[in-house]
Amino acid sequence: MDELRNINITIDGIEISVPQGSTVLQACEAAGAEIPRFCYHEKLSVAGNCRMCLVEMERSPKPIASCAMPASDGMIIKTSSEMVEKARKGVMEFLLINHPLDCPICDQGGECDLQDQALYFGKGETRFENSKRAVSDKNMGPLIKTTMTRCIHCTRCVRFANEVAGVEDLGATGRGENVEISTYLEKAVTSELSGNLVDLCPVGALTSKPYQFVARPWELTKTESVDVMDAIGSNIRIDSRDGKVLRILPKNNESINEEWISDKSRYAIDGLSKQRLDTPFIKINNKLQRVSWDEAFEVINSKISKISNENFVGIVGNQVENEAIFALRELFKKLNLNKILPFQKKLTFSKENRSSYLFNSKIEGLDKCDYLLLIGANPRVDSAILNARIRKNYIHRDLKISSISSQKFDLKFNYEYLGSDVKILNSILEKKHKISNDFEKANFPMIIIGDEVLQSDCSLDVQKISTSILKKFGGFKKNWNGFNILHNYASTVGAIDILSEYSDYNHSALKNDINNNLIKFVYLLNADDFDFDISNCFVIYQGHHGDKGAQLADVILPGAAYTEKEGSYTNLEGRVQYCQRATFPPGDAKEDWTILRALSEKLGKKLDFDNLLQLRDIMFNSKTMLKFDENIYSSEPKITTKLDFKSSKLNYENKNFFMTCPISRCSSTMAECSKVNI
Amino acid sequence: MIKMGIKMLQNKDKIFNNIFGFQSNKLSYALKRGDWDKTKKILSLDHDVIIEKIKNSGLRGRGGAGFSTGLKWSFMPKTLGERPHYLVVNADESEPGTCKDRDIIRHEPHKLIEGCLIASYAMRAHKCYIYIRGEFANEAKILQSAIDEAYENKLIGKNACKSGWDFDLYLHRGAGAYICGEETALLESLEGKKGQPRLKPPFPAGVGLYGCPTTVNNVESIAVVPTILRRGENWFSKLGKENNTGTKLFCISGHVNKPCNVEEEMGIPLRELIEKHAGGVVGGWDNLLAIIPGGSSTPMLPKQTCDIITMDFDSLKNAGTGLGTAGVIVMNKTTDIVEAIVRLAFFYKHESCGQCTPCREGTGWMWRLLKKIASKDASPRDIDNLLELTKQVEGHTICALGDAAAWPIQGLFKNFRDEIEMGLKQKQIAAE
Amino acid sequence: MKKEQLKAENYKLCIIDQVKVDEILDKYPSNRKASAVIPLLHYVQKKSNGWLPVPEIERVAEILDMPYMKVYEVASFYTMFNLKPVGKKLLQLCHTTPCWLRGSDEIEKSIFDTLKIKDGETTPDKMFTLMKVECLGACVNAPILQINDDYYEDLDYKSTKELLNKIKTKKNIKPGSVIGRKSSEPYDKNGNKNVTK
Repeated sequence: MDELRNINITIDGIEISVPQGSTVLQACEAAGAEIPRFCYHEKLSVAGNCRMCLVEMERSPKPIASCAMPASDGMIIKTSSEMVEKARKGVMEFLLINHPLDCPICDQGGECDLQDQALYFGKGETRFENSKRAVSDKNMGPLIKTTMTRCIHCTRCVRFANEVAGVEDLGATGRGENVEISTYLEKAVTSELSGNLVDLCPVGALTSKPYQFVARPWELTKTESVDVMDAIGSNIRIDSRDGKVLRILPKNNESINEEWISDKSRYAIDGLSKQRLDTPFIKINNKLQRVSWDEAFEVINSKISKISNENFVGIVGNQVENEAIFALRELFKKLNLNKILPFQKKLTFSKENRSSYLFNSKIEGLDKCDYLLLIGANPRVDSAILNARIRKNYIHRDLKISSISSQKFDLKFNYEYLGSDVKILNSILEKKHKISNDFEKANFPMIIIGDEVLQSDCSLDVQKISTSILKKFGGFKKNWNGFNILHNYASTVGAIDILSEYSDYNHSALKNDINNNLIKFVYLLNADDFDFDISNCFVIYQGHHGDKGAQLADVILPGAAYTEKEGSYTNLEGRVQYCQRATFPPGDAKEDWTILRALSEKLGKKLDFDNLLQLRDIMFNSKTMLKFDENIYSSEPKITTKLDFKSSKLNYENKNFFMTCPISRCSSTMAECSKVNI
Repeated sequence: MIKMGIKMLQNKDKIFNNIFGFQSNKLSYALKRGDWDKTKKILSLDHDVIIEKIKNSGLRGRGGAGFSTGLKWSFMPKTLGERPHYLVVNADESEPGTCKDRDIIRHEPHKLIEGCLIASYAMRAHKCYIYIRGEFANEAKILQSAIDEAYENKLIGKNACKSGWDFDLYLHRGAGAYICGEETALLESLEGKKGQPRLKPPFPAGVGLYGCPTTVNNVESIAVVPTILRRGENWFSKLGKENNTGTKLFCISGHVNKPCNVEEEMGIPLRELIEKHAGGVVGGWDNLLAIIPGGSSTPMLPKQTCDIITMDFDSLKNAGTGLGTAGVIVMNKTTDIVEAIVRLAFFYKHESCGQCTPCREGTGWMWRLLKKIASKDASPRDIDNLLELTKQVEGHTICALGDAAAWPIQGLFKNFRDEIEMGLKQKQIAAE
Repeated sequence: MKKEQLKAENYKLCIIDQVKVDEILDKYPSNRKASAVIPLLHYVQKKSNGWLPVPEIERVAEILDMPYMKVYEVASFYTMFNLKPVGKKLLQLCHTTPCWLRGSDEIEKSIFDTLKIKDGETTPDKMFTLMKVECLGACVNAPILQINDDYYEDLDYKSTKELLNKIKTKKNIKPGSVIGRKSSEPYDKNGNKNVTK
């Protein structure tokens, strides 16, 4: 990008310098002058309709909308003159005349922009004698509760739906004072991001349906943490009260989720209090019985000594934090076991170096990218936030996108569909395909390889030829690596990081072992999404929900869900982030690493750490990448020529976005969402 | 009848000789009236020479704002870049009191079409859209057949008038929204959206229709262009008054004996305009109560001002109102003046696009409060509140509709507050 | 938006002429098809008895590659688009100040006396619907009544009644001024044309 010139502008007598392209509002903020606003939102197009941000500009007889006015050299702006005060008070009065006085029963109360600003600019009394406008409420689906009489027509919701989410059935109908916000024919908002509408609404017109009348914001304990519903690692804030998670909100992180989170991240939380494992169990006569920790450990101890090492396997689940994976590895090491499966599905990666299984361009790279090829990826389902980021570039910079996938998915942006056969990659590499031109023209080309490839037999071939294509067309250079794997689960990258050097055990090896009756003993670490038949094995399930793993278990060791423990997760970019404990696990359930630590002692193979800090010290010493965000490797692969693919057709796997883990499967909100969306 | 100072505009100096449609609007008749005469010669002038001539003629926009037409044209880029240029003609005539463009369209369509060609050429536009209000269905038919005639006779289209300039002209119908007379709302509407005004900057000359450089002009402004260029900018600038040159179509409605449209010189005394052309005020000049001089948005003038005011941009501006569209609405003493403005307040409430807060909420409130005052069930405090509201709306909105809604009310109380308050008091006393 | 109002079970789409549709689309750049939304809605409304049932709105959206909601927004914004059925003759009575000054209230009364309908109502035989509308832009010919596409001008109580009765009895009526005026010239009821030709 070109270097931007700076602009000098005077705000309330203070001369400051802002980058060209800034608005007056941004300049005012840079100068420390607070500008009230409703319709303006950094991540949305400028509407300029609420008129709350009016400021005085020298030589202009009227106040100007600071959100819409580009800052220019020599401008003299006043933000607290009489003209401005009068404008703000006037606008505030207009906003309030038809706004109901129902703050005491409004869920937005206490975190309402209108309430807050009315405190400063409101009159405290009304001159409006007519009856207030009543607007009928609209159905927007199971997540959004509407009280449309409260709407101030800022159109943030409409702009978010159209611009960010790509849902075009939200709009404003009618005109004048009869304008109403609605979805088309009052259908539910069909988006994986619809919960963000609630955050964006500056008043109580759109509030959270599952959270209605639950709590007031000042009663809540706020814990900043990380989401584990996908591999993005969206930053979140967990709001809890009395040991219960009441809601989850996004926390801004420009590098990852910006200000958004997916509906699953936000609304699966009711699943946290259902079907929880709150005490150890052992199976006696095919029935699970509640026991003490000691008893459970004793059963394991007695069993483990009778089983030889090659009959023993550990399977890591999809939402396990690095510390627990590491503790499991250390325990296996002590027990001299080496079969640990880092993830449950059959996914094939090259493990040449770390960048061969990472999202190397980083999520932020999606803003910079100027040509994108998706191979076997459905980012809308696998990673809704990342999909929105692609759309952002598509909307603002006209990003060209092509896709090879089993079928033409509705991704909420237009792209060129290249069919389901990855053989086409050969002709792209050989410049025999028209999209070779797109690659050639691009400065920052990106390839994203998704599940359909990773699960197929052609996975390694596709990865190889993709690196070759990128290499050929400038996809690897200083500060740019265009090769990206789209992971689906929070723990996959961390598990590969931690386990790849320890064990190269994989999905097909385990399949073989099971077929050959070699597996007798299975340790499921939060694993509920595998497709192996382990009914003849002795199964230990460590986890938090009574899901598939617990059903098969002979011993259940109750663990903690992601909101109940401290832990680190490595996201698809290879970035390590820490989640914090917001509430305690129920009953006798414990944080996962402590369970493994206690078990190790029982087994007479005590692990070398007594607390989390010690654990992390050892873990970081063994794998530095787990500690530092910046340490994302990027090494250049060798270029290959045309490949003969063993199999080349991508296969479709039916996925339900709303139900991908034990927590979301237990959530009745998610159940409702999937009913509405299917 | 009182004789006035200035003589009536002579027929030879009238631009629209068929404004009443006594003759056919067909091309053959238009040619006889002098339309399309030596258009090729005009188009042989340099683009900027034409703009300069229009600037020198002193022509000010006939759509209401009165901005110099030539100057407006000069804001268009001087070279045709990658983005095409557009001329868009605003035929969304909806300002209460105004019905001049309708007559140009149905009786003098070729003046407009020729004007479109020349103006487009001057601004380096190969395409022009005429946005006509939806209710003018028959007018649109007439205009479309005139456009077809012009195409058939190669006056427009490829190599228009053999000038070497390719020019396409399209007619687009609106569907009932006063706000589409606001130029950026019009562009939004033309792009297939709701007619909600855009934020400015950017201005249409930079980013207009489809993001391309665009100028939006009123029908009358465009229709007078060919005549100005044929008869010379000096001819036009000598008519009227300094800085308020040329002739103008006036629409005289309301309490006059012969409501009509008429073309007159700018600066004609209001009284003369009404008495000579519109048969005088019903009940005589002394029966006059007030006049809205330039369409509903302009504040009314009380009789004593009407006695002496001349009809041009600057005089009316100095009198605290405006020439606007020159839609003269005459109200005699039988008028319930508050009710007259209640109707206008309702009009603005009805036509508010609903986009920005002060207009969406303010126009309705102003109407309700004014209605209360009209019912006389109000106190002087209500009047103060209402006037404060007009100030809260005026100057705080995205487009000028907010201002337009505020001014008539301000004009009402500026001139009739005492009478209105008296009325309120009388009702109160009667009630007690 | 009232869902019930819009739902049209077993609705049969009106027949449209592709040539006419293409003619409309041709006016706009091919990547700016949305521009044709108002003309197409006009066209479809005319074909479907003067109003826009939901399936017609959706068809227009499909022709123009526009989201349904965007077309619905447009249809709900402009007053000429009717989202409810209207009578065969849509009477649009201007009641803005210039028409009011010249007696639009009398016209409203005349309509009520003749047809027994008020603003927004339709006669039981579905023949007439009355809508009070804002300025129709023919103020020097006030008061104005628009009947479907045509303006009837210079009306009063009596002539409005006559006009409506003529329609009722299927007699021919001529659009324009009802007092014999050509258009907007100064007109003297005594027939003295104070107009220079």
